[in-house]
Amino acid sequence: MEPVKIKLDKSNQLLTDLMPKKFNASGKLWVGLLLVIVVIGFFAYIRQLQKGLVVTDMRDFTSWGIYISNFVFFVAISLVGSLVSAILKLANVKWRTPLVRISEIIAVAAIFFAAIIIIVDMGRPERFWHLFAFGRIQSPILWDVIVITTYLVVSSLLLYIPLLPDIAICRDLTPASSKFKKWFYTFLALNWRGTAQQYTLIHKCINVLAVLVVPLALGIHTVTSWLFATTYRAGWDSSNFGPYFVAGAFQAGCAGVIAVTYVLRNHYSLKKYITTKHFDNMAKLLVLLSLVYLYFNINEYLVPGYKMKTVDGEHLKSLFTGHYAPLFWSVQIFGMIVPIVVMLFKKGRAPLPVFIVSLMVVVGAWFKRFLIVVPTLLHPFIPIQNVPASWHTYMPTWEEWAITAASLAGALLVITFFVRLFPIISIWEMTEEQQTPQTDEQTNLYEAKA
Amino acid sequence: MDSNNNESNDSRRDFLRKGFVATAAVATGVGLLETACKDTKPKTGDKVKLLSPDGKIVEVDSSMINPAIPDSLLSKHNVREGVPGKKFVMVIDLSRCKNAGKCKSACSKMHYLPDNRSYIKINKMQDSDKASPYWMPTPCFHCDNPPCVKVCPVGATFKLTDGIVGIDNDRCIGCRFCMVACPYSARVFNWDTEYQLNITQMNEIKPHAACSTHVTGTVEKCDFCPTQTAKNELPDCVQACPNGVFYFGDEVEDVVSNGDETVRLSQLLKDKSGYRYLEDLGTKPRVYYLPPVNRQFPFKDAEVPPDAEGQTTHQSGH
Repeated sequence: MEPVKIKLDKSNQLLTDLMPKKFNASGKLWVGLLLVIVVIGFFAYIRQLQKGLVVTDMRDFTSWGIYISNFVFFVAISLVGSLVSAILKLANVKWRTPLVRISEIIAVAAIFFAAIIIIVDMGRPERFWHLFAFGRIQSPILWDVIVITTYLVVSSLLLYIPLLPDIAICRDLTPASSKFKKWFYTFLALNWRGTAQQYTLIHKCINVLAVLVVPLALGIHTVTSWLFATTYRAGWDSSNFGPYFVAGAFQAGCAGVIAVTYVLRNHYSLKKYITTKHFDNMAKLLVLLSLVYLYFNINEYLVPGYKMKTVDGEHLKSLFTGHYAPLFWSVQIFGMIVPIVVMLFKKGRAPLPVFIVSLMVVVGAWFKRFLIVVPTLLHPFIPIQNVPASWHTYMPTWEEWAITAASLAGALLVITFFVRLFPIISIWEMTEEQQTPQTDEQTNLYEAKA
Repeated sequence: MDSNNNESNDSRRDFLRKGFVATAAVATGVGLLETACKDTKPKTGDKVKLLSPDGKIVEVDSSMINPAIPDSLLSKHNVREGVPGKKFVMVIDLSRCKNAGKCKSACSKMHYLPDNRSYIKINKMQDSDKASPYWMPTPCFHCDNPPCVKVCPVGATFKLTDGIVGIDNDRCIGCRFCMVACPYSARVFNWDTEYQLNITQMNEIKPHAACSTHVTGTVEKCDFCPTQTAKNELPDCVQACPNGVFYFGDEVEDVVSNGDETVRLSQLLKDKSGYRYLEDLGTKPRVYYLPPVNRQFPFKDAEVPPDAEGQTTHQSGH
């Protein structure tokens, strides 16, 4: 493998465009806002630790609430890392290069906060170590712990290893006067010198990890769906649940990466690197993934809806025409149907409409997880009776909203600080692409066959 | 059959006698008397006055007095050990239940729960539109194929040798997976910090307390009152029911009792066509139901308390 030659002076336009920049006023405001949300959530969590889970609106029947649905949302979003950096790579899609790092940091931040939010949901968080001391491999929770930990490690490596040459650039461009910064980048760069051997190694590493991360990514979401599908509950007792969750995760993750990409592109003036073509392609991909998810939704709701078995029927009625109908139909229409229709048109695939539609998909995806978790718990086999009226419904308390918002803000904060410290578009991979002769579609096909 | 009835009557008489002695001993405030007077320990010379079974005050040497309930049973109660040689089973006769609610209050008292909370629920059920509704008490079914035990990530809930599904509240991490896995909503969660009692605190309140402890942030449920069963006594809900709805006993002995009558389990289930709730789920409950036919009471709807609404009915699935 030829080493990538990167010019470390001002003549290199890539460096001026892509090196991490200090926060401007709006950047500082954004960070401040996120920090405030995180602090409020932290305060709410301290209250929960002191008073117990009684501060939530979860009770004996609705024993899982927005913490769990938020967890499922995070796991879903994190699937995007494997989509862009592995599946598109293995499919030999060239235009993905500027999007790889964005999607990988989303994946790492999301899966990290998925792990945190699950600890928040525990009645005895200080006993987390029991999972390792007394873990039972028969329990789907343990499968989830294993597969999420593995995915976190592999995703972090998939973020970190391709970052090494760029950290080295940061190291080399940092003046010796700023000591801490210099030490920070030197430490993280792992003595990267950009030799041919190192480049051979890095490419091998990325290839191995890309192959490894695909089954893991399918695994995290399939196992997460099994937390529900291994029970007898109406709406969860479905052999369809694994692929249904995976399809939903791809859709949510794809929309997530589009939304973040749009913001970064505008804020850091990356229009040269992230073009309208990227949005057009990602929008087409999102339409495909939404159609797949639509297909699974039809299976998931129409088939039991056709039979209307007693408890299933009550659960479905609450979704179709009952208490949860407004939310259910909003999510299905604005989170799926409208986005598909908008993006079928070329004008709908321009950056701004794609951004708006993607936000709709992401918000819809969050509420979809709520609709999967909560209404089912309100429809047990033996109907809820002789309990206080408030136990018949579930409305999250401010503590739950604050903690959930803090976890989302925390994930965004991780992404924000990452962008502050490291180049969000891979400088060395962009240089490598510029140095290799442009390939048209036919050469791509030829390469794929070879 | 006759000999068996005699046997159970004998043991019942024996049990009553022991109970009487124990009560009397507590009344005189000196402790509890072992049934037989074995002369194995050296005499202390201290004489203690006790009430004998036939109502006379007798004096015995203090060395002869041993507590009838060993301390170890209370303070060192091992939640992971069942009573050897037993397979506990319950039969609930739906034709006798009129929603008196005594089982619930006895359960609350036995388990140191707030008054509005108990491990046993009484549900209004209706099998079809044309069938009359009936009351169905539901404790934990202590399934032989328990979905809750399957999903527990840390082995905090488990199957004991005596058939009981136990909970170790010092192990539970509070993930509540068992609660969503249980198809019968038998499990409750200790949401609050208010009811946090350990064994020692429970013993201070009442001396028969080696049941489930209350630890904030962990799951609780009906435990078939293990201290009662270890002493060969009936669980509190069974004793409290004024209508003899609950039969409790041992599947190995094939005997269940509701406090008034002691019958063969297999014969009872055969004669009254006992069934288990949602049999098709394959969870193999250890709680059987006798169908609500030839009722002792006409169905009367409960007055809906101001804080409880939405009394919905449901198919029982048998």
